Amino acid sequence: MLATIGAASIDDLFIDVPEAARLDGPIAGLPNHASEMAVERKLGAMAAKNLTAGTVPFFLGAGAYKHHVPATVDMVIQRGEFLTAYTPYQPEIAQGTLQVLFEFQSQVARLTGMDVANASMYDGSTAMTEAVFMARRITRRKKAIVSAGVHPHYTRVLETLTRFTDDEVVAGTPSLTAGAPGHDMDALIAAIDGATSCVIVQNPNLFGHIADLTPLADACHAAGALLIVVVTEVVSLGAIMPPGAMGADIVVGEGQSLGAGLNFGGPYLGLFATRDKYVRQMPGRLCGETVDASGKRGFVLTLSTREQHIRREKATSNICTNSGLIALAFSVHMSLLGEKGLAHLAALNHARAVQLADRLARIPGVSVPNGPFFNEFTLLLDRPARAVVRKLADKGVLGGVSLERLWPGVKAVENAMLVAVTETATDEDFDALEDALDEVLG
Amino acid sequence: MTRLYTKEHEWIDVDGTTATVGITDYAQGQLGDVVFVELPEAGRAVTKGGEAAVVESVKAASDVYAPVSGTVTEANAALADDPALVNSAPEAEGWFFKLTLADAGELDGLMDKAAYEAFLASL
Repeated sequence: MLATIGAASIDDLFIDVPEAARLDGPIAGLPNHASEMAVERKLGAMAAKNLTAGTVPFFLGAGAYKHHVPATVDMVIQRGEFLTAYTPYQPEIAQGTLQVLFEFQSQVARLTGMDVANASMYDGSTAMTEAVFMARRITRRKKAIVSAGVHPHYTRVLETLTRFTDDEVVAGTPSLTAGAPGHDMDALIAAIDGATSCVIVQNPNLFGHIADLTPLADACHAAGALLIVVVTEVVSLGAIMPPGAMGADIVVGEGQSLGAGLNFGGPYLGLFATRDKYVRQMPGRLCGETVDASGKRGFVLTLSTREQHIRREKATSNICTNSGLIALAFSVHMSLLGEKGLAHLAALNHARAVQLADRLARIPGVSVPNGPFFNEFTLLLDRPARAVVRKLADKGVLGGVSLERLWPGVKAVENAMLVAVTETATDEDFDALEDALDEVLG
Repeated sequence: MTRLYTKEHEWIDVDGTTATVGITDYAQGQLGDVVFVELPEAGRAVTKGGEAAVVESVKAASDVYAPVSGTVTEANAALADDPALVNSAPEAEGWFFKLTLADAGELDGLMDKAAYEAFLASL
């Protein structure tokens, strides 16, 4: 078989894996075999060394937020009718699933301030890439300009998925501008030219900064380009102006904050919303409400043909599914909160984050470069943050995410870390972080 | 004005150097209820036999090819709100786009009405 495909040895099959990541022999220290009980005991002891989000003071965010998910959410999504139903391929017999997706889309469209939202994508980063592809289809241009305030992992996903296309991705470099860290609107506006299909910004941006995007939207539209806005913390939309009200053409987001929990990093939930006039270029599927032959309300897959049945070679995307169960969890959580509940939750997150920022900024060697922020802000330290985060963990506090971890080797952000505060952080957690940081820097 | 046809079931009305393009009654019958038409914007250059529009029905999505090369001058805005015009009046109000011809010689290979009907009968 190796000869047929032109490989000299089994090892040749793995040459695309970077050499440093390849295994060149048995794993050191691992026995060839052990009993199931022994393995369980060994791995259990190893797992117990982890600090877990639910048991220690926890201030990590940077795109994944620890919010309280009411037990009702799990109870509802585990109903067999929902849990075992796959994404509807013969949709009209699954009226319950279609109705849930319809409600979900309605919630996402209202949250983002857009006309229409799809039935969800895999996660925020792939949704962002799909938005770039959509902008290219609409504008017939191929240059995407990415703000330095966009989560670098999202930008990496975009770069990976465009590696073998001829799309041009221009990504900014981060800076910790006082009052507006990561904010680069003037540079973005200056970079827009006749080849630009879209500009991508995140709001609040990765550093926590909140901006009025209206001037950027105007500049995009004047040049025939689209504005794509990324939201990684949807709870923020309970407190700040939605991207749709600031002129966004496409809004994508990570919906994990509502319903999903941290979930070990996935499965998460990609949100995707746009304007009516672009709906035919939107990836994924769209559920709609209609009436049946006897005039009764019913639900249908209004747009699904493009990917699955009749338009395969003309598909707008290769996504044939959606994050159905996580979308359901999002909708249940959102419904439990209601409009007022979401606004209250958002206000609480913001107030608590402001409290903590004020306290931490009083520690010698610490400053907060942010102006307006929601529930996450940047801490600028007097030394590299990565080692500080490690020392905080040694004291049993998960205090934040060092920016150098997200931008390896970028000196400009080396001394900075992100701190996220949600409703789950208690006063005791605040005390623990303040004391630990004071000790580590002292 | 001369109306000519293609084997891909487009029709083209030629008037001097300008022309109007649509799909035939036979084509709309094969497609079924049309739900969306994606039209080229004015100014776009199309080439003979190249993709110029997409018509999507409840059964299929199909390309509409340019019968001749030229530059699009106008797309039928009425189809955006009422794509069913393609079903009800495919060879009249349901036209797709107008263009200026790049090379009138390209019309030579197209069929007239009698030839197109004979072609349909052979299918």
